[in-house]
Amino acid sequence: MAETHSLQDLQQPAVSSKVFVQRDYGSGTTCRFQTKFPSELDSRLDKQQFEETIQTLNNLYAEAEKLGGKSYLEGCLACLTAYTIFLCMETHYEKMLKKIARFIKDQNEKIYAPRGLLLTDPIERGLRVVEITIFEDRSVGSGR
Amino acid sequence: MITRKVRKWEKLPGKNTFCCDGRVMMARQKGVFYLTLFLIVGTCSLFFAFECPYLAVHLSPTIPVFAIVLFLFVLAMLLRTSFSDPGVLPRALQEEATFIEMEIEAANGNVPAGQRPPPRIRNVQINNQIVKLKYCYTCKIFRPPRASHCSICDNCVDRFDHHCPWVGNCVGKRNYRYFYLFTLSLSLLTIYIFTFDIVHVLVCFFTLWSVVGLTGFHTYLLSLNQTTNEDIKGSWSGKNRVQNPYSHKNIIKNCCEVLCGPTYPSVLDRRGLTQEDSPVPVASAAPSSSSSSSSPVPQTTKTKAPLIPNKRTPDDAKPSIAASAQKSPSPKEENPPAPKAPPLASPEMDVETSINKDKTH
Repeated sequence: MAETHSLQDLQQPAVSSKVFVQRDYGSGTTCRFQTKFPSELDSRLDKQQFEETIQTLNNLYAEAEKLGGKSYLEGCLACLTAYTIFLCMETHYEKMLKKIARFIKDQNEKIYAPRGLLLTDPIERGLRVVEITIFEDRSVGSGR
Repeated sequence: MITRKVRKWEKLPGKNTFCCDGRVMMARQKGVFYLTLFLIVGTCSLFFAFECPYLAVHLSPTIPVFAIVLFLFVLAMLLRTSFSDPGVLPRALQEEATFIEMEIEAANGNVPAGQRPPPRIRNVQINNQIVKLKYCYTCKIFRPPRASHCSICDNCVDRFDHHCPWVGNCVGKRNYRYFYLFTLSLSLLTIYIFTFDIVHVLVCFFTLWSVVGLTGFHTYLLSLNQTTNEDIKGSWSGKNRVQNPYSHKNIIKNCCEVLCGPTYPSVLDRRGLTQEDSPVPVASAAPSSSSSSSSPVPQTTKTKAPLIPNKRTPDDAKPSIAASAQKSPSPKEENPPAPKAPPLASPEMDVETSINKDKTH
């Protein structure tokens, strides 16, 4: 919330506030985030855009946690090797997390950064929340 | 300000201990875990050292091999359970905590001064059931369903099962399967060892009972001064039979006789020297002297036969005595008393051989 604009402020926009999108436990303990549009983002972002982002995230997490033939096979194979196979092999979940990280970076570059927002990867918050940092909107001249 | 690169584990709150630069995560109290390790490794080592050689030789070498594989699996599961993150939920950072508190205050409304604020609960509907999410004051988060705060580790753990001192860690979402596989494989291992110990024990048991049984039987015979042969034939048992005449009718006396009685010497002179035997030359010892006189000189070897007949009879005398006994049984009556003190051995035989020798030569 800097009143005077120093060189540092021009380079690094001040953080106005943060919004935390909570987990949606409606379908159990699987990783899902609420698609309810936070009011704080009203001026910055389209509701549809936000929902799209969150929905894609949810789909990616659902795929990571999917129970099926592939995950069972991975689990059984790992068990037979006393889980030593994970020393050389990446788990399906880890692969998906990398994919999610790339997606968030992509979204930030294309959509959120131009709007003075920053998505934080939920893994950095223990998969509890999607943290969206709202930066001070210098172009308007007043922080919100 | 000098900023140095620090690993995140160094900054984690909570009462965990970390090893191998954050790769290993355990509870603070590790004593019982070391005990678990010691018990498992100790008993298995004893099994491998003492039982496996016997089992490999007498049954099959695959038995110890499978035991080793199972043992390694148990160890792997134990270490995986103990060393891994059980599913710890990181605490809320300042902004998130504030955000949540604001939400709570908004939900609760104005609390009159002096009254305790209502418990921080969030209601969630899961599969048409209302689940209450509790707020954790330490971690400043609303705990996800099935999560719980471990007071020993001072962490909220997702899908918290329990804190296990035996593995020195919490058991939660991330390490529950390893914990289960650990208990399952350890059960199999203990049953496996127990079974083969029992096999060995049974073999020893039957051997033991055979030997103990045999000892008992012979103790019985000892006390009655009987032989196995007599017992089998029933020589002294039964009403129509004679009582054992050799028994002292006293258990102690019977035992003492057999166990502490005199040591009987051997009557076989096994190590006595003998000549290579040839049956014909009877007087091969002294052929010339026998022809010269009838005096008992040539019979020196024979008359020197010992007083006790069976002891140290020279071997060369024996066949000659036997041969002469066969040849001329008749002259026995004619024998006048021998000039020398007749040996108790076979005085007549000695004299008759000398007579025979006279006759032949």
